[in-house]
Amino acid sequence: MFGKLSLSAIPYDNPITMGAVGGAVLLGLAILGLITYYRKWTYLYKEWLTSLDHKKIGIMYVILALVMLLRGFADAILMRSQQAVAAGGSLGFLTPDHFDQIFSAHGSIMIVFMAMPFLVGLMNIVVPQQIGARDVAFPFMNSLSLWLTTAAALLVMVSLGYGEFSKAGWSGYAPLTEQQYSPGVGVDYWIWAFQIAGIGSTMTGINFLVTILKMRAPGMKPMRLPLFVWTTFFTMLLVIWAFPVLTVDLALLTLDRYLGMHFFTNTLGGNMMMYVNLFWTWGHPEVYIVILPAFGIFSEIVATFSGKRLFGYTSMVYATSVITILSFSVWLHHFFTMGASPNVNIFFGIATMLIAVPTGVKIFNWLFTMYRGRIKFTTPMYWTLAFIVTFAVGGSAGVMMSIPPADYVLHNSLFLIAHFHNVLIPGSLFGFFAGFYYWFPKAIGFRLNEDWGKRAFWCWLIGFYLAFIPLYVLGFMGMPRRMAHYANPAWHPYLLIAAFGAAVILLGIVFQGIQLLVSIKERRALSDPTGDPWDGRTLEWMTSSPPAVYNFPKIPIVEEVDAFMDIKEKGVAYRQPDQYNDIEMPRNSPHGFIIGALAFVFGFAMIWHVWWLAILAAVGMLFTVIMRSMDDDIYYIIPAAEVQRIENERYRQLGAIA
Amino acid sequence: MSQASIDSAGASMGSLKSYLTGFVLSLILTAIPFALVISGTLSSSVTLAGIFSAGIVQILVHLHYFLHLDTSSAARWNVLALIFTLLIMALFVGGTIWIMYDLYYRMM
Repeated sequence: MFGKLSLSAIPYDNPITMGAVGGAVLLGLAILGLITYYRKWTYLYKEWLTSLDHKKIGIMYVILALVMLLRGFADAILMRSQQAVAAGGSLGFLTPDHFDQIFSAHGSIMIVFMAMPFLVGLMNIVVPQQIGARDVAFPFMNSLSLWLTTAAALLVMVSLGYGEFSKAGWSGYAPLTEQQYSPGVGVDYWIWAFQIAGIGSTMTGINFLVTILKMRAPGMKPMRLPLFVWTTFFTMLLVIWAFPVLTVDLALLTLDRYLGMHFFTNTLGGNMMMYVNLFWTWGHPEVYIVILPAFGIFSEIVATFSGKRLFGYTSMVYATSVITILSFSVWLHHFFTMGASPNVNIFFGIATMLIAVPTGVKIFNWLFTMYRGRIKFTTPMYWTLAFIVTFAVGGSAGVMMSIPPADYVLHNSLFLIAHFHNVLIPGSLFGFFAGFYYWFPKAIGFRLNEDWGKRAFWCWLIGFYLAFIPLYVLGFMGMPRRMAHYANPAWHPYLLIAAFGAAVILLGIVFQGIQLLVSIKERRALSDPTGDPWDGRTLEWMTSSPPAVYNFPKIPIVEEVDAFMDIKEKGVAYRQPDQYNDIEMPRNSPHGFIIGALAFVFGFAMIWHVWWLAILAAVGMLFTVIMRSMDDDIYYIIPAAEVQRIENERYRQLGAIA
Repeated sequence: MSQASIDSAGASMGSLKSYLTGFVLSLILTAIPFALVISGTLSSSVTLAGIFSAGIVQILVHLHYFLHLDTSSAARWNVLALIFTLLIMALFVGGTIWIMYDLYYRMM
């Protein structure tokens, strides 16, 4: 009746886990209590949970990403402190069993539940405004993607307090993840979390691709699109072609685990390398899925704060398209040591090296954009400059590893860990932070405190170097990744430095928290009444901050690249039109939220083999989809008078400044 | 406004008849591989060839009847998307076959 569910699945005996669960539950109860106390449930439900507004969905995505960043970072701190103490005779404070769950959760969370929601959140807030649209092409599907991703993130969080998480790394290599070697529920938590989030991401991909193709303002020709829109476009191509491979790979693994099939087992004709092959066919494009949007963000920021058009716009677009194609042809470099012939290895090795060329084009374009510009050193610009330098180091390490013989030496060592953190942290996280600071006034209405922002930045940057440069050295000294305990005393000093670095990053995160609180307190002084706090170049700065629900009362007509700068230079910005028209917008819908909740129940029931509940949840999801598709009344009209009232208020504010 | 600005991308919408034709053809093309395997009358290589060709024909059926791709379609995006898909398919499928065949050869 209840499958594998039992009270003994709660890890009572693990004080660290129980402490974390206790803290999370208390925090959750406190938040729920506050919502109840201030009677905000109706507001929350009507304005947020059921919202189809791309800006609100974007903000919720970013909140999810920040929460999961904290969770993933807590895992990182645990690993760093364990390795700082577990040398020689000491076994440290984590059992190997627990340590394995922590590194698996850290990787899974940071890629799928931090980076993905963060980038999708920023895209949601910005892309429709940058192309001069009022919403995405499929607003309901957007909400559905958000709630599926959230449901999957929730599954990962639940695994902390009930059952266990996968111990097989974020890549979940078969046959280790097969029933024979991982009989617990950990791998199932990992499978269903990835599967549900992956379906959400695929839908996001379709949604934004169609949005960019079909919803552009008149005159917004492809070669006039802001670079962030271009990188989003290529990212979404990657999503659409890569994620189905992950879906199939995980589905086959599920069949192995649940129905005793033999796709990836090491007996009865299973081929475990096929799992690895399919995983990285998704996994490598995924790396570019999380990095390309950040490249777009950096391009926007460099141009804005240098006060110049982006240098080499056209070459930037083509470089991005080349990276997109090449990223589909390099996946074997993740398993050079599989034992393929030199011909296979060198093909993928050279393809990998080639990616450095378009990436180099981008780096030079950013440098030339800054050359002779009047650079304003704001917080987003700090993150961008740090990215350019740090990413070049990490990228060079990657070119080293793309040489198969070198990879045979460095594979599975901490050198690899240093390399991919050295590209992913500056390449995507720094980019998302830069975008967060850059677009925060647009989304919320006030800027963030610069002093605390810069303090946080320096902690992050210095902490990053302290935490990861020692790992390069340790890699050369032969230290493998994922060690819960080690006997070699020569490694110990470097791991102490790395742990200290993690502590400095923690200080950076604390400063970011302080920055948020200080900025909320000073929100009047930091407010952005114009909607254009940075003298921006692209269309999102044309709307008010935060934008009205319809973004643009009149859809702008685009005549140049950097459309808003063009409008400002022609002196026709901020001119109120004589009259407005009715605007049709999508009505809020609870169906996305309901399907997300049911997806969570479905995943949980599948993990614990409660078949009747899984069937019930699946039928419920199907029923909700049918209900939604039978709903014909999905739009509402904002009358012209209401638009006039909102816009008059905006122009009154603008007049007050001028 | 959101919905209004999405046209059918240059492709014609299907009729009930064309959807049903596609559906029945898909069912038949799914049944053939099953029948081949269950009956087991043919040799394994011929069976494999049968499964693959039924699969490829089914892809074409889906493209034609469900996604409305035909030679008359004027939509540049559809053709571009199809070409890009073929490129990626060639990379994924071709690459995988190459990698796995190579591995098999070396591990024997």
